[in-house]
Amino acid sequence: MSLFLQKLRQMARMMVGVPDYDSYLRHMREHHPGHAPMDRIAFFRERQEARYGGKNGGKCC
Amino acid sequence: MTRHIPWILIAIVGAVALSVVAVSRGETVNALWIVVAAVSSFLVAYRYYALYIARHVMRLDPSRPTPAIRRADGLDYVATDRTVLFGHHFAAIAGAGPLVGPVLAAQMGYLPGTLWIIAGVVLAGAVQDFLILFISMRRDGKSLGELIRMEMGQVAGTIALFGAFMIMVIILAVLALIVVKALAESPWGMFTVAATVPLAMIMGAYTRWIRPGRIGEVSLLGLIGLIAAIVYGQSIAQSPVWGPVFTFTPVQLCWILIGYGAVASVLPVWLLLAPRDYLSTFLKIGAIAALAVGIVIMAPPLKMHAVTQFASGNGPVWAGGLFPFLFITIACGAVSGFHALISSGTTPKLIASEAHAPIIGYGAMLMEAFVAIMALVGASILDPGIYFTMNSPAAVIGKDAASAAAAVTAMGFPISPDLILQTAKDVGEHSIISRAGGAPTLAVAMAEIFSHVIGGPAMKAFWYHFAILFEALFILTAVDAGTRAGRFMLQDLIALAVPGFKDNRSMAPGIVATALTVAAWGFFLYQGVTDPLGGVNTLWPVFGISNQMLAAIALMLGTAVLFRMKRDRFAWVTIVPAAWLLICTLSAGWLKLFSADAKVGFLAHAAKFGAAADRGEVLAPARSMAEMEAIIFNDRVDAGLVAIFLFVVLAVLFFTVRTCLAARKAAAPTAREIPAQLVPAE
Repeated sequence: MSLFLQKLRQMARMMVGVPDYDSYLRHMREHHPGHAPMDRIAFFRERQEARYGGKNGGKCC
Repeated sequence: MTRHIPWILIAIVGAVALSVVAVSRGETVNALWIVVAAVSSFLVAYRYYALYIARHVMRLDPSRPTPAIRRADGLDYVATDRTVLFGHHFAAIAGAGPLVGPVLAAQMGYLPGTLWIIAGVVLAGAVQDFLILFISMRRDGKSLGELIRMEMGQVAGTIALFGAFMIMVIILAVLALIVVKALAESPWGMFTVAATVPLAMIMGAYTRWIRPGRIGEVSLLGLIGLIAAIVYGQSIAQSPVWGPVFTFTPVQLCWILIGYGAVASVLPVWLLLAPRDYLSTFLKIGAIAALAVGIVIMAPPLKMHAVTQFASGNGPVWAGGLFPFLFITIACGAVSGFHALISSGTTPKLIASEAHAPIIGYGAMLMEAFVAIMALVGASILDPGIYFTMNSPAAVIGKDAASAAAAVTAMGFPISPDLILQTAKDVGEHSIISRAGGAPTLAVAMAEIFSHVIGGPAMKAFWYHFAILFEALFILTAVDAGTRAGRFMLQDLIALAVPGFKDNRSMAPGIVATALTVAAWGFFLYQGVTDPLGGVNTLWPVFGISNQMLAAIALMLGTAVLFRMKRDRFAWVTIVPAAWLLICTLSAGWLKLFSADAKVGFLAHAAKFGAAADRGEVLAPARSMAEMEAIIFNDRVDAGLVAIFLFVVLAVLFFTVRTCLAARKAAAPTAREIPAQLVPAE
């Protein structure tokens, strides 16, 4: 059940363009151990800018 | 063999339901038959056709690394769970289009629209989305413009990019027009939509400073605010002081929207765009789910005729006969070129395995077709008299209940003036006459369905304004986001002639490009708002033609890629729908340009008004010589626009044929995929 809720939460966040923060941390740990990852807030802001900055072709009709 | 048995049963159920829908005449048909027919067709199509394409045409390879694996960065490129990505993709493709087109198409009866949505999505729309996703996925998630450039050359890419920009302009204009139609002279609706601006800003401040990143929390707060706005909207509308403050004419609203588009698109995204997108996205998904549940619980009978006399043309909602105009009126929901931009946008960068492509590419589009089917059902459960009262232009049915009832009854759909007044009163509006554009009609239908499930007749006015708010909210988000996207497209295009225009360090190019984009859609919006035939009449077909042309372009790209992969013998999968779309859009475009019928052809209309102007005569609906001049000018601009679309699609056709011929001569595959054996980056 908790897995289902977690997936639902991830889906809702992905619908508005915010990927999973923990996956990002895992990626940074595994591939860029030398770099400090963004904190949760910086990550959220970076994703917000990336989604709505206009480069993404906007939404559908 | 046994594994096919459940699917055979589903196919039989679907065939039975479809024949009930198609064959019944005279007796009332329950709306659930349409739903069952659609759902079973979609399931069978997914199980057999989508998997056929996946296995034989594309030869998907689950072991091949996707961009999300190869270029993983935890941000843009993230291998995402299949279900999560399905939600992301569906939320990005489903918008106002599948809700509006089917409502407008209901003037021909529910049968033509139903058949076209089912056949169109299975053979064209879902194939397009799936194929573009596949092509982009094998090329690092590149965008449609870049893909065309890679596979068909620089010139074809630039022409397609220019076409995409013009399509964006028309989409923004037509979406804004729908908002104008829904909010004009409606203080209740206007107040609730206006209230979303400060509400979103409060939400923006909340996610920026108070609790950053708490999307769920802030959306819940926003939802409470929205419901409060709808509830208080009624008292505001009835107040002698505030009622008039929130009552606007269509022209005033047009200018408000243009100003809004210009300002909103340069504000920081966290302040207005992002928080309102949270609200509109979740509300959209929630409303779609609620509509599905509501239709199943209510199981309403269809009141619209299966086929009306307007199938032969001369309909009051939009002009033109079933072929080709039905196939461009229902664009989104059956096949939508715009999806090619989404399928080559964020989705290919997030897909974790090639094996997920069928459910996301093909499956999500089937889901959108289901939304379109529900919109068609919504329009068809209304009394046809109400439907035509709401959707016929004032030039045809007049402005008061008596004239509208008389005119609609004369069309063969009996209705009394009392019923028109009562319906308006039930939903808390002054008038429901001539509210074309789809949104108000759908809102009345949704109010009917929702109030049946929750609240009874007393809740109708609340649900009506809830439905209007939900549609206006995501249209305004699209206007904002679309203006930003249009700005970057335009900067890319201008930079081809003026190097340095893409430079984002100086402010000027961005401001110039934004102003040009707003001016472009604002022009068509103003033209639509002041159009005596209601604007939807003129703009929706142009939008449909442009959207279907983009779809034809995407399918032609698919054809070219299949040829270059040396899979010519499977290319019928894209050639058949591309050819159909070319036939529909080219003939519709041709008719819009050169039809001798002034109701259909822009040039014939201009000639008719030009001849009258030369005689010094003022033709209705113009009231002065200046208005006559404006009508002629608008006709010529529209004709020019359609000519541009025709040129774009014919040019891409030329490059497609050239590419395919060259590919046939080549001995080996020439498609420029990223090779499978390449080791992941890093």
